[in-house]
Amino acid sequence: MGKVLAVTGNQAIAEAMRQINPDVCAAYPITPSTEVMQRFASFVANGKVDTELVTVESEHSAMSACIGASAAGGRVMTATSSQGLALMWEMLHIASGMRLPVVMTLVNRALSAPINIHGDHSDGMGARDCGWIQLWSENAQEAYDNLIQAIRIAEHDDVRLPAMVCLDGFIISHSIESMTFLPDEVVRDFIGEFRPKHPLLDVNNPVTYGPLVLPDYFMEFKRQQHEAMLKAKDVVLQVAEEFEKVSGRSYGLFEAYRLDDAELAIVVLNSAAGTCKDVVDEYRDRGVKVGLLKPRLFRPFPYKEVAEALSGAKVIGVLDRAESFGGFGPMYMEIASAMMSNGTNPVMIDKIYGLGGRDFMPEHAAQLIDELKEILDTGKVKLYKDYLGVRE
Amino acid sequence: MAETVEIRWHGRGGQGTVTAAKVLADACLSGGRHVQAFPEYGPERAGAPLRAYNRISSKPLRMHCPVTHPNIVVVVDPTLLDSIDVKEGAPDDAVFIVNTGREPSEIRKKMGLKDTQKVFTVDASKIALETIGRPLPNSCMLGALAKASGIVDLDTLLADVKASFGGGKFSEKIINANLDATRRGYEEVKEG
Repeated sequence: MGKVLAVTGNQAIAEAMRQINPDVCAAYPITPSTEVMQRFASFVANGKVDTELVTVESEHSAMSACIGASAAGGRVMTATSSQGLALMWEMLHIASGMRLPVVMTLVNRALSAPINIHGDHSDGMGARDCGWIQLWSENAQEAYDNLIQAIRIAEHDDVRLPAMVCLDGFIISHSIESMTFLPDEVVRDFIGEFRPKHPLLDVNNPVTYGPLVLPDYFMEFKRQQHEAMLKAKDVVLQVAEEFEKVSGRSYGLFEAYRLDDAELAIVVLNSAAGTCKDVVDEYRDRGVKVGLLKPRLFRPFPYKEVAEALSGAKVIGVLDRAESFGGFGPMYMEIASAMMSNGTNPVMIDKIYGLGGRDFMPEHAAQLIDELKEILDTGKVKLYKDYLGVRE
Repeated sequence: MAETVEIRWHGRGGQGTVTAAKVLADACLSGGRHVQAFPEYGPERAGAPLRAYNRISSKPLRMHCPVTHPNIVVVVDPTLLDSIDVKEGAPDDAVFIVNTGREPSEIRKKMGLKDTQKVFTVDASKIALETIGRPLPNSCMLGALAKASGIVDLDTLLADVKASFGGGKFSEKIINANLDATRRGYEEVKEG
């Protein structure tokens, strides 16, 4: 087995990138990007990897360079956060539309204004419809494991789509936790050699990437992208099964925690899920039937499986660390869609929490469970969408 | 030792408080324990009050939020006793470790601690000046914490203090001075 070390989330990611040893990394490594690329750049400088590191003048150019390198036939990675991802937005669609398996780490941080670089999911949720696979991570261990698996998922023949791995800014990225690393050769064997498909550098078999496609065929392209995305779901499970064999750690489409007989359910992403699990245990000790569902795969969203896992819940509280101004939070909308297509009709409330790094404390989780319990007992909902942990 | 120990550090920017929390996390990895170390995030300013946190547990740590009910409170800068409520949220059996030249009984009275709460003092700034030559109390406070809490033995801690100066950036003299400071913190901490 691998080594147990106490590291920051950023170190864990940089270490995974060292072990993956991509052909090309293009990045714009200043704030709001985290030290992931700075640490990786030192691996490049010290000859620990063979990667061509392309330092560019903006995040838009970083993603453009990734696209070029990936289309040329390389295994390509990058990392960013917050405004950096926002500036990449145009190019994110190009990467997915060209079916390029670029793998990116997204350390989730708030979007300005006002300026704030703390933990917040607005950046990742804003990229929801860009055609990238999204894997979300509770802690440094999951971020490391997800990044290694993302390579296999993105590059799978049935998929060939870009993927991003999300972890919470500061709360995970800058905090030290103990975690287990895989040995270098295990990671190398697990991801295997990169097999380019239709590379531009194969000059004997010239191809065109990203041509003009008029209304006669554009929809067929988009349909194919959607179908590739749907196929990613099975691939995520296959890769997780193989990953468990080499790591002993098991992953699914989501984590269901004490959900089997739960009347009350919390749905929450990333680091806050850990805090909630401790509080769920406390309520379980008092006989309250509460459980938790933590999505891992957000795109493609596993509607059917999530709905089945939540089908016993009578009241569901969804936690969203991103705002959709004037609408429900992005996670709430997914869960509502899932439950509607399942035909079950639980009461569902949405809580916006933790924006801009506002601490999510056990008391907040307890407050939510108390409210879910009250709804179960009285059948009355005060507000379907509200804030949690905000000054009035 | 309890299943999970939560520690809150109070220091000022530039005193090495965050580094001390990191070194402690490394030292506590022994025996298969799970650890966390993280600062309170904000603008990083030399001299400004800051908090850092540790969780050390025999079971996996899932809580991802600041420590609000610390079992152990480490006060790296004694001037903070006059400006910050370092007792905030501390339970009745909390342990306080304060960098000061004053007697534990004096500090107990000044802080208004309960009889059930323990207080330890060590003159870490003086020891740092005598060993390192600069008022950097963090290594010494680590030694005092190890003795007062028993969460890590001295040899393991010394090995990790040494490792934290790895990478060839520091002279042998500085490393040895920090090891001396850690050792003296362990030996000279007083309970009262």
